[in-house]
Amino acid sequence: MAYTRYVYIWAALIVLTAITVTTASLNFGRVGILVVLAIAAIKSTLVLLYFMHLSSEKRLLLKLLVPIAICTLAIFIGLTFTDVLYR
Amino acid sequence: METRDHSVGARIGMWLFLLSEILLFGGLFLLYAVYRSKHPGDFHAASMELSRFDGTLNTAILLTSSLTAVAAVFSLQELNKPKRTIFFLGATIAFGAAFLVVKAFEWTAKFEHGLYPNAAVLMKRPPGEILYFGLYFTMTGLHALHVIIGMTVLSVILAFIVRGKATQERSAALENAGLYWHLVDIIWIFLFPLFYLIT
Repeated sequence: MAYTRYVYIWAALIVLTAITVTTASLNFGRVGILVVLAIAAIKSTLVLLYFMHLSSEKRLLLKLLVPIAICTLAIFIGLTFTDVLYR
Repeated sequence: METRDHSVGARIGMWLFLLSEILLFGGLFLLYAVYRSKHPGDFHAASMELSRFDGTLNTAILLTSSLTAVAAVFSLQELNKPKRTIFFLGATIAFGAAFLVVKAFEWTAKFEHGLYPNAAVLMKRPPGEILYFGLYFTMTGLHALHVIIGMTVLSVILAFIVRGKATQERSAALENAGLYWHLVDIIWIFLFPLFYLIT
């Protein structure tokens, strides 16, 4: 059955959730925050690539849309923090 | 008469809409980040009050609903089995409802402790905690609204398939509804650590 590859992705997402909850409960401080956010990024990448089929997307425009959104957000957040942190 | 495949155009349009959704929530994430950096102690204290169990349960429910959503699209597009699609769409909508039920219990518990926007009990707390709960209710509320919209859209598509209006050849609407549902899942993938895990 061809559903299996989706089930694998789902299993990976559940395992990553278990890892992130465990990491958070161990209180690693700042490193813990980075790990938790990195796992969220990995999980959303899995959803984008396999559940939303971007991995098999042939159109460059659609392939680039999400990176463009991420860059736009990074600029917003980065520029805002140059103001907030050094005020 | 000439017939054309509009599925590519529909997909591009959907992705552009999803882009605007990312920026909408992105603005709220920015607010969260700035206020967290201004009030780290208050955010820590307030985030300890959320139920990590409820958050984890809802994460599992939503991830599973994404699996059934992609299975629904696959069943129609690749296997041409509309009955399976109907089953998987029904499961997705049911998981969405389960998510909302858990969310409702969570919010009710907060309300009973006098924690809701502009509540007298909440307003006596330090400014960072007021901001934290304001962001919590705004962001999870807006997300829950997206879940409700997603369930509505999926229900409409389900009716289309039952009536034979959405088929293997005309599956763009189902595919786009699936994309919307996955985006709602992705937003939760970030809301979960920000509110429940980072303390």
